[in-house]
Amino acid sequence: MEDNILIKTKELVKIYPMGQTQIKALNHVNLDFKAGEFAGLVGPSGSGKTTLLNIVGSLDSPTEGSAEVMGEKIEELSHNQAARLRNQHIGFIFQTFNLLPVYTAFENVEFPLLLLGNSADERKKKVMQALEWVGLSDRAKSKPAQLSGGESQRVAIARAVVKKPGIILADEPTANLDAKNSHHILQTMERLNQELGTTFIFATHDEKVIRYLQRKITLVDGKVAKDERFENPVGKGEGQ
Amino acid sequence: MIIPRLALKNLLGAGLRTWLNVVVLSLSFVAIIWSQGLYRGMGDQASQAMIEAELGGGQYWQPDYDPLDPLTLQDAHGLIPDALQQMIEQGQATPILITQATIYPNGRMISIRMKGVDPDQNIISLPSYFLKAENDEIPALIGTRMAKSTGLKVGDSVTVRWRDAQGTFDARDVTIVQVMRTNVQTIDQGQIWIPIKTMQELTLMENEASLVVISKDAAGGGSIANWVFKDLDFLLQDVKALVRSKSLGASILYVVLILLAMLAIFNTQVLSIFRRKKEMGTMMSLGFTRFQVIQLFTLEGALHGVLAAIVAAIYGLPLLIWFSKTGWAMPRSVDSYGFAIGEKLFPTYSAGLVLGTTILVLVITTIVSFLPTRKIAKLKPTDALRGRIS
Repeated sequence: MEDNILIKTKELVKIYPMGQTQIKALNHVNLDFKAGEFAGLVGPSGSGKTTLLNIVGSLDSPTEGSAEVMGEKIEELSHNQAARLRNQHIGFIFQTFNLLPVYTAFENVEFPLLLLGNSADERKKKVMQALEWVGLSDRAKSKPAQLSGGESQRVAIARAVVKKPGIILADEPTANLDAKNSHHILQTMERLNQELGTTFIFATHDEKVIRYLQRKITLVDGKVAKDERFENPVGKGEGQ
Repeated sequence: MIIPRLALKNLLGAGLRTWLNVVVLSLSFVAIIWSQGLYRGMGDQASQAMIEAELGGGQYWQPDYDPLDPLTLQDAHGLIPDALQQMIEQGQATPILITQATIYPNGRMISIRMKGVDPDQNIISLPSYFLKAENDEIPALIGTRMAKSTGLKVGDSVTVRWRDAQGTFDARDVTIVQVMRTNVQTIDQGQIWIPIKTMQELTLMENEASLVVISKDAAGGGSIANWVFKDLDFLLQDVKALVRSKSLGASILYVVLILLAMLAIFNTQVLSIFRRKKEMGTMMSLGFTRFQVIQLFTLEGALHGVLAAIVAAIYGLPLLIWFSKTGWAMPRSVDSYGFAIGEKLFPTYSAGLVLGTTILVLVITTIVSFLPTRKIAKLKPTDALRGRIS
């Protein structure tokens, strides 16, 4: 991977058929993301944020162009290879938390480790450590229905970081949270980014999130309209 | 082992919906085993009763004897071959002479079969010892069904008319010495038993018989002087066919129960796949392949069968064992079934029946669980995460 680049998109195009017409969700997007970035895709609804996140996360494939993630070309991956890439190197955080309802917080966080084939002892150690990172080690036995929105999202973060992936993709992670919880979540992610060196990429149009970003990529109509970097994000220290 | 573990967790996590399906399916399990055990018991009991009361260890038939053709009975008699006579003298066989006859009870005319049996025989359980004559009267033994249909009772005299070996009609009065209670209709309905010696004299068929029943311990086989040996497989084939036809009717009950359970499982699966799309998308985002998701959902459905087998074992096993010990009291109407059952029916279960039923239900449950999951094969992770199914 040249210059520590984890993700590289080249002339990335994604077209969705919509009845008789076609919608170009991504229009020749060229972007690089280096290891340890805390970046965000911002822009209005329909600008292509989630589409780009899905392609980078190997949940979808491009119509044209290429997306290289951790050295793997997404457009060339089979379904199983894409699943393996997600399992080993990518963590996801969703707007609606997407916790598996019948599992406890511990089991939700444990899930990716089960797929990785970790031993029971190893799993327990890693899960408890991940729950400690997000400050929920005392809620390990709680089911999603017993957790608040903020707690649920913290469990989702723990699930994303437990396997220490190279990349975490967060799609509108604060959209269902109040301001206090949003800041708490963002601070947690910022800390993990700094302590573990994990690359975070957000898709958001939440101002609170944007204030924490070290890099802000503005998408408009599927094109990169602006790509800005900030030495000292202004969000730090907020919400405390 | 991750998929079975997750499947079980998901299934138990679904709570009441799972247990409702499991209970209905377990009812099917128990109903199938119970009803099949009942018919199996019916067959066993009917066969055993017929062996005891009529068939012994098999029969040698006079070449013209055909029980299904009354018109041939006139000629279906012959001298007992020496080899069979020897067996009779050694107490290993007993002869039966059969002829068509007519009785006239209470001014009515009823066509019957008159059967001659040795009062001293102990090859079959027919209570022939009642026929030991104590005076000049001809003693006759009938069954309860015959007594009911003719109105005859112990002590009654009834005129019997028959044709002897030379075709001449003759008639005598016989006295009913006993009305026997038997489960075996084929020694009861439309029949009168008298001592064979008397019958041989009356019909001019000295030392003749229509068939010879051998004891259960004696070995029979082949033919002796054209008298063909009929083994128990042959003699019981009608009873077995009858039980089979009855059990086929009962199958409707458990087919309905299975269909009901399968419908519930199919419905649960379809509902799961529509309601849990987001869950599937989440699993895929965590690294599950589509095939693993299909495996998980199929196994979840199939595990209904496993849980049902466990639940069925918990309440069904004691119930079925209790039933096999206490039996099931039969209503009088079962007499019309056409074979011997007895006052109580004792179900019999075999390992094959239990294992076969379990495998059948598990296979059907797995197929029914798999069918709706085929949709997942076309599912895109992004659509699943949005809660859409293609």
